[in-house]
Amino acid sequence: MTAIIEAQNLIKRYDGFTAVDDLSFSVAPGEFFGLLGPNGAGKTTTIRMLYGFSPVTEGRLRVFGLDIDRDRRAIKARIGVCQQDNTLDPDLSVEQNLLIFAGYFGIPATEARHRAGELLDFFALGHKKDAKVMALSGGMARRLILARALINEPDLLILDEPTTGLDPQSRHQVWEKLAALKQRGLTVLMTTHYMEEAAQLCDRLVIVDHGKILVDGAPPDLIARHAGGDVIEIEGPDQALRDHIARNNVAHDDLGRKLIVYTTAESDMNTTIRNNFCTDRCTFRSSTLEDVFLRLTGRELRE
Amino acid sequence: MMMAEKISWRFVKVWRRNLVTYQKIWKVNFITPLLEPLLYILAFGLGFSGMVEGVDYAGLQLSYTAFIAPALIATAVMWNAFFETTYASFVRMYYQKTFDGMLATPLTLEEIILAEVVWSATKAFGAAVIMMTVLGLLGFVDFPSGLLILPMAFLGGLAMGSIGMFFTGITPTIDMFNLPIFLFITPMFLFSGTFFPVSNLPAWAQPMALAFPLYHMVELVRCFSLGSSQTHPLVCIGYLLLFAVIFLYLAMRVMRKRLIN
Repeated sequence: MTAIIEAQNLIKRYDGFTAVDDLSFSVAPGEFFGLLGPNGAGKTTTIRMLYGFSPVTEGRLRVFGLDIDRDRRAIKARIGVCQQDNTLDPDLSVEQNLLIFAGYFGIPATEARHRAGELLDFFALGHKKDAKVMALSGGMARRLILARALINEPDLLILDEPTTGLDPQSRHQVWEKLAALKQRGLTVLMTTHYMEEAAQLCDRLVIVDHGKILVDGAPPDLIARHAGGDVIEIEGPDQALRDHIARNNVAHDDLGRKLIVYTTAESDMNTTIRNNFCTDRCTFRSSTLEDVFLRLTGRELRE
Repeated sequence: MMMAEKISWRFVKVWRRNLVTYQKIWKVNFITPLLEPLLYILAFGLGFSGMVEGVDYAGLQLSYTAFIAPALIATAVMWNAFFETTYASFVRMYYQKTFDGMLATPLTLEEIILAEVVWSATKAFGAAVIMMTVLGLLGFVDFPSGLLILPMAFLGGLAMGSIGMFFTGITPTIDMFNLPIFLFITPMFLFSGTFFPVSNLPAWAQPMALAFPLYHMVELVRCFSLGSSQTHPLVCIGYLLLFAVIFLYLAMRVMRKRLIN
C-alpha cells in the first residue's frame, strides 16, 4: 500500500534560516497522524509545503504517490486543509462559503448544494446556513472551516491547530467530529499544542523541534518510553530526596521549587517517596503526553 | 511550471466569487457612476465653461463640456479598476486571507491574480455602461459608435487593474497606496488629455503624457463618442493591451514572491 504522505529528508530554508531540517516521515492510509512541537519548530512550514504554499528547498515530498512540485494541482484536488487562520470569506453567508469553495474544486452546483447540506448538518450548522460568517462564534467558525475542508471529499485532511482558541465545549465537539471522521477511515495530519487532543486522536505522532524529529510513535508507547508510567510531583523537595534520587538513578526533572519524578506504578520508589519525602505537598498521577513533550523539548519559553 | 500551465479557466470561479459578493452591495456602488458624471458636467459645464472659449481637438471645435465628457468615462474606468485591485484586493489578500483559503484548493496564485484583474475590468465596464448611458442621454455620446466604448472600457480596466495589482504585490501596508496614487494616478488623472489637450503641455512633457494608459483610454472614448481622435484607435488599443499584459505578468511575479515562500 502506498503511503498517503511520504516526506524524505525534507529541508526548508528561508534566507539563511533553516525552518525544517532533514525531516522524514510517512503517513499510512487511514492513519490519524500528529505533528507536534513548540512554536517555531517547523510544523506549519511542513504543512505549508504539503499544500504547495511553500516550495520545498531540498528533499522529496510525495502525496498520494505524486510529486508535490509536478502534480500540485492533482494533489490539491484531493486534500482538505483547515488552516490556522480563519480564512472564511466574511463577505459570504455560511452556505455560500461552502458553495463558492466547492466551485474552486470544479464541483457541479447541484452536487455542491447536496454536500453543503450534509456537511452543515454533520457539523450542527444547518440552522445557521444563511447567517453571516462574522456573526458566528469561534466554535461555529471553526466547524465551518472544517466543513469547508471536507467539501471536496478529500482523501487527506490537514488540520493546523484545529481547536486553538476554542472554549472547552467547542473543543470537545470538534474532537467528537474528528473522531467520527477517523472512524470513517479518513487519513488526517494534524498539528496541535494540546497534548490531550493529540493523545486522544492520534494513532501515531512525531514531536519536532528546531526542524528535526525527536521521537516517533503511538502516544501510549511514547508515554511509557519517555515518561515512565507514573509521575510524582514533589513541591519544596529537600536535599535528602535529591540525594535519594541521585543514588537510585531515577528519571526526574528538577525545577528548583518542584521536583518531578518519573517512575512506574510497581516501583518501590513510589512508596518510598510517599512515606519518607512528602514533607510539603506531593501529587501522584499517571504520566501524560505533556510530560513526554516537556521532557523532550525542554521547559524554556520559545518566544 | 511554466506560466501557461498555471492558468486555466478555473479563474472564472474566483471572478464569480467577487460577483456574488458584489451583488450584495451593488445598489450602493451603483450611485457613484450615476451621479459622478452629472456633478462633473454641472461643475465644469456651468461653472467652468464660461471661462473657456472652446477646445480645438482633432479638427473638431468643441465646447469645453463636450471635450471633457468622454474623459469622465475614461477616468471612471481608471478609478474603478485601480481601486479594486489595490484597496479591495489588498483587503482580501491581507486582512480577510481570502487568497490563503483559495490556495488550498486546485486554484493557482496566477489564476487568482488573473481573476482579480478581470474582475476589476468588469467593474470598470459596469461603471462605463452607466456613465455612457447618462452622458448619452445628455447628448455627449454619438450612437451607435459609442457602444464601442464598452469593450474599450473592459480593455482599459485590464490595464489599470493590472498595474493596481502590481502595486498591491509590492506595497507593505494598505496606507502606502497613497504613494502610487500621489506619484502615478494623480498626475495621470490630470495630464492625460483629460481636462485639457495634451498639446497644451510643454513639448518635453508631451511624450510622458502619451505613456500614460489613461491617455489612450481617453483617446479611445473620444474617438467613439465624438467620431475623431488625435491618436489612431489601433495604436491606443495596442498600447493598452501591451500595458495590461506586461503589468499582469509583473503582478503575478511580485504576488508569487510575496505569498509563496
